[in-house]
Amino acid sequence: MRAWFQHHRLSLAQTSARLGRSPFATLLNVVAIGVALALPFGVYCLLANLESLSHKISFEPQLTVFLAKETSKADVAALEARLRGARGVRAVRFISREAALADLGRSGGLNEVIASLPQNPLPDAFVITLAASDPVTADRLEAEFKSFPKVTHVQADSAWVKRLDALLRLGRTGVLLLSGLLGIALVAVTFNTIRLQILTQRDEIELCRLIGATHAYIRRPFFYLGSLLGFLGGLAALGIVVTGLVFLNRDLVGIAQLYGSDLRLALPSPQEMGVVLAAAAVLGWLGAYLSVSRHLHEAYR
Amino acid sequence: MAIISLHQVSKRYPGGFEALKGVSFAVETGEMLFLTGHSGAGKTTLLKLIAAIERANGGTVLVNGQNVSSMRAAAIPYLRRNLGLVFQGQKLLYDRSVFDNVMLPLVVTGQPYREAARRARAALDKVGLLTRERANPVTLSGGEQQRLCVARAVVNRPAILLADEPTASLDAAYADEIMEMFSAFNQVGVTILVATHDQQLIGKYRKRVLALDHGKLQ
Repeated sequence: MRAWFQHHRLSLAQTSARLGRSPFATLLNVVAIGVALALPFGVYCLLANLESLSHKISFEPQLTVFLAKETSKADVAALEARLRGARGVRAVRFISREAALADLGRSGGLNEVIASLPQNPLPDAFVITLAASDPVTADRLEAEFKSFPKVTHVQADSAWVKRLDALLRLGRTGVLLLSGLLGIALVAVTFNTIRLQILTQRDEIELCRLIGATHAYIRRPFFYLGSLLGFLGGLAALGIVVTGLVFLNRDLVGIAQLYGSDLRLALPSPQEMGVVLAAAAVLGWLGAYLSVSRHLHEAYR
Repeated sequence: MAIISLHQVSKRYPGGFEALKGVSFAVETGEMLFLTGHSGAGKTTLLKLIAAIERANGGTVLVNGQNVSSMRAAAIPYLRRNLGLVFQGQKLLYDRSVFDNVMLPLVVTGQPYREAARRARAALDKVGLLTRERANPVTLSGGEQQRLCVARAVVNRPAILLADEPTASLDAAYADEIMEMFSAFNQVGVTILVATHDQQLIGKYRKRVLALDHGKLQ
């Protein structure tokens, strides 16, 4: 048992030494694996950020009802009563055209533009919060409100959130496909690297078999080599993605300041990083397994 | 008791060449014998069948009571741990020291390092290479390299030693040295089978001789 552990330690040490002996080739392999993994992981991080953004924005379905410009106060009051009376409406908030303009000036930083306008271009509006969040009710009320007098336009505010959500779903499927493809690429890279290593050590393998080494013994150092390559590639991928996000954040801070928000991209969590490293190591191991098995099978029946 | 016994063994290589045809013989435990014959007579093939490097097409090859010709692949490493092999074309590893070459069979079989190192040094001492343990095998002379192979073959204290042309390419003095070593191992109970075409060498030792001719025992 102690000898077994000793051999595992020895295998790992020999493997590390072997990688260290050809640092340039090792570096290139690690970079190749790193780039292959960084692509899907980077896209995943961006999607995760977009997703949290879309969740921050309320999913409460809202309808905004815009009124014609020359609507009188009496008409507004009558309309408000009708809107409140409609089935499925939870709250109705009136936003006068003056209030809307002031709000735009505050939040959009467009004061200069607004000041230069000869008159207020905005209409009066009602913001209506719906009781239920199902799209059927929203569609029904949208159609109903459109038919009311003095109503020029009804806008469903949750529509873009829904669209974003659908796009994110598409994105997630894309990441999954990309991960699958590049995972295969990683296996292929380690397969070939290990194959090369096997060929340079062919004499040693042949001799070990003749003096009573089991297949498990012969395979072990190559498994370590594959896993280690995958793991280092995973580290490289994390480095690439985190560096990328930090750079993007630096630019985003500038943009966000212009819009008066504190938008910034979150870095991947330790758990996510752990999963990437583990997956990389497992895929490296798989590449090594396929390579060694194939060699032993080819060479010795 | 026979430690090795072959019964009606034949071996045909892919392509149709018949290396062995109906060979039968037995080797007693602790015996030393020579296997002779012209080049291509089947000496190497016979040793390969005993070590399960090749499989027979017909007949049975029993080693230590186990039928090698129908052995599971997973059991073969354990058979080989009981065999010491001295190969034709030495198969030394030149990326490590003399000491590490001798250590390999012990490392492969999972011996604890301290005990393995002690045994490796004992084996090197026996073949007179203890002072060269840190050297690279490349720097050894032909005779020294062959002695290193012998040390590697016996370090695991095998019950059987198979040697394929161990004295080929050595001058007479070195050849005698190697044979004296084999003879000494034989005296402590190791069963030894030496394949050689060197009739002079065979003449010096009064041992049983198996002569192969075109794949048949004479």
